[in-house]
Amino acid sequence: MSIKIFVPIDSTALSLGANEVAEAISKEAQAKKLDIQIIRNSSRGLFWLETLVELETPQGRIGFGPITPSDVKSLFDADFINGGKHPLALGLVGEIDWLKKQERLTFVRMGITEPANIDQYMAHDGFQGLKNALNLKPEAIVETITASGLRGRGGAAFPTGIKWKTVLDTKATQKYIVCNADEGDSGTYSDRMIMEGDPFVLIEGMIIAGLAVGATQGYIYLRSEYPHALKTLNEAIRQATKIGYLGEDILKSGKSFHLEVRRAAGAYICGEETSMLESLEGKRGLVRFKPPLPAIEGLFGKPTVVNNVISLATVPIILAKGAKYYQDFGMGKSRGTLPIQLAGNLKRTGLVEKAFGITLRELLYDFGGGSLSGKPIKAVQVGGPLGAYLPESQFDTPLDYEKFSEIWAVLGHGGIVAFDETVNMAKMARYAFDFCAIESCGKCTPCRIGSTRGVEVIDHIMQGHDVKKHVALIRDLSDTMLNGSLCALGGMTPYPVLSALNHFPKDFGVDAKEPKA
Amino acid sequence: MPGALLPLLHAIQDDIGYVPELAYPLIAKALSLSVAEVHGVVTFYHHFRTHQPGRHILQVCRAESCQAMGSDALEIHIKNKLGVEFHETTPDGTFTLEPIYCLGNCACSPSVMINEEVYGRVDNKKIDQLISDLKSTS
Repeated sequence: MSIKIFVPIDSTALSLGANEVAEAISKEAQAKKLDIQIIRNSSRGLFWLETLVELETPQGRIGFGPITPSDVKSLFDADFINGGKHPLALGLVGEIDWLKKQERLTFVRMGITEPANIDQYMAHDGFQGLKNALNLKPEAIVETITASGLRGRGGAAFPTGIKWKTVLDTKATQKYIVCNADEGDSGTYSDRMIMEGDPFVLIEGMIIAGLAVGATQGYIYLRSEYPHALKTLNEAIRQATKIGYLGEDILKSGKSFHLEVRRAAGAYICGEETSMLESLEGKRGLVRFKPPLPAIEGLFGKPTVVNNVISLATVPIILAKGAKYYQDFGMGKSRGTLPIQLAGNLKRTGLVEKAFGITLRELLYDFGGGSLSGKPIKAVQVGGPLGAYLPESQFDTPLDYEKFSEIWAVLGHGGIVAFDETVNMAKMARYAFDFCAIESCGKCTPCRIGSTRGVEVIDHIMQGHDVKKHVALIRDLSDTMLNGSLCALGGMTPYPVLSALNHFPKDFGVDAKEPKA
Repeated sequence: MPGALLPLLHAIQDDIGYVPELAYPLIAKALSLSVAEVHGVVTFYHHFRTHQPGRHILQVCRAESCQAMGSDALEIHIKNKLGVEFHETTPDGTFTLEPIYCLGNCACSPSVMINEEVYGRVDNKKIDQLISDLKSTS
């Protein structure tokens, strides 16, 4: 029987040479006449160990990493296949502390299965949630999601069950499920990992959402920056349709659900739900006024559930194991787990799924291992480009939506970007305004003009021109953007700007903390 | 197909590398839109190009995680090496340089994307090698 060797096919692994590693393994095995089978699995998310090569043994999978193509020969020379020792050996992968300390619910199959292989998905408990949902009335499915405490994992943290109930209760000839897969926040990659690594869990979540609210058509609005995810999703949809999990008469239940992937086109604003709906309709992604809410008048004017990838991908396990199982994880009003993405200047970056309540410090140092550069971590941005910058004094804040609100920060999509002491926070504040100016849809004045003006004012500050006056102007401008913008792009750009100013005033050339806006 | 404009624009750009203005009236007629509406959509989205790009598209991530790992210096190095600014094409038509705001490869910053393939932990040496490999193949 051939020996199974696993080499991940996730984009990040590929970006570090996973294809070349797989090719080198294949060549070496051929030269040595070894009977091996290379399996392209998803990534465990231990990105500092990619390319993480795994070998199946009777004891479990043994890991080697990080492996570069030039390491492959030495692996074979050490006879790694027959238990030979190698300096990059990691032992049983499931026993790696970093992985063992996690609570993986949404990411339970990550790194274990092949992405677009429906048989493996089913062999690892896939579609259990859907099977349960098919035996429930729509109201009962919505009730299960409400009871689980699941809140939107895209950033706004709105209770998913309430959103679904609104769509369920709205009468219409057609309803839609739209998956917002335009994950554009820097520091986030959990959506990409799901779509590239376990696409069926998202598909299953969307079918369940369709059953729950009476929607028969779904769209995944996918970032154009994720070409691999596009291929994997389309292949997964093809397979699910072929065996009757998607399309007409799902599993002979009389229920139908159709699913299509639509490519976005590189506009950050289309991560905002109403802009995304405009874009799906084939228009410029201009933000819509709310109300009406998309749950009442959404895509093509019909009631629409708009959820993020992680929210929808979390639905199957809730339906499979019950609301209470999920609800028992977490703290306060933040229930369940959050896939946290460690990024930036850290030794050990990657995907950590943990129940709410873990602190930033634990994530940055216990998991992240401190900065990669070895210099002290000065600031951490949580929740994407519109998230606040947190100083060391706030690293003990637990991950919890309300606790973050208390310190005027956001958890957003769970992306964490660490910066060492070489960062200049005035420069980062300038970047936040600049990013807003590049990405503004232009519909409202505070965002469109405020962001450009913000760049000009920070330029004055950075050049030391009348700093006190210009700092006051930044606060005033931020206040206008916070309170006057139509959506979160303009309304949250002041978070990175003001947090940088409040916590790191020296970088702006001001000594003492000024009153907060 | 409902909301057909973006899929149509993608199909054109995938095929010929950009969306020529000459196509606007044809698209407008097919979808019962005005030419202005088509123009408005093409120019709203960063992904769509209105001019023929170079043979290779090199996109440099400018987002925060990459900045935390030195993408600013990498960006300057690439601009100097190719002799172009963002949104420009080298005179020999080999490379078009573009900024991009997050490739979702933040665990291995800084990152670049070349012809839809992502490269992580890119330093000056690595990008020089990638550029020289592409030059020799084109």
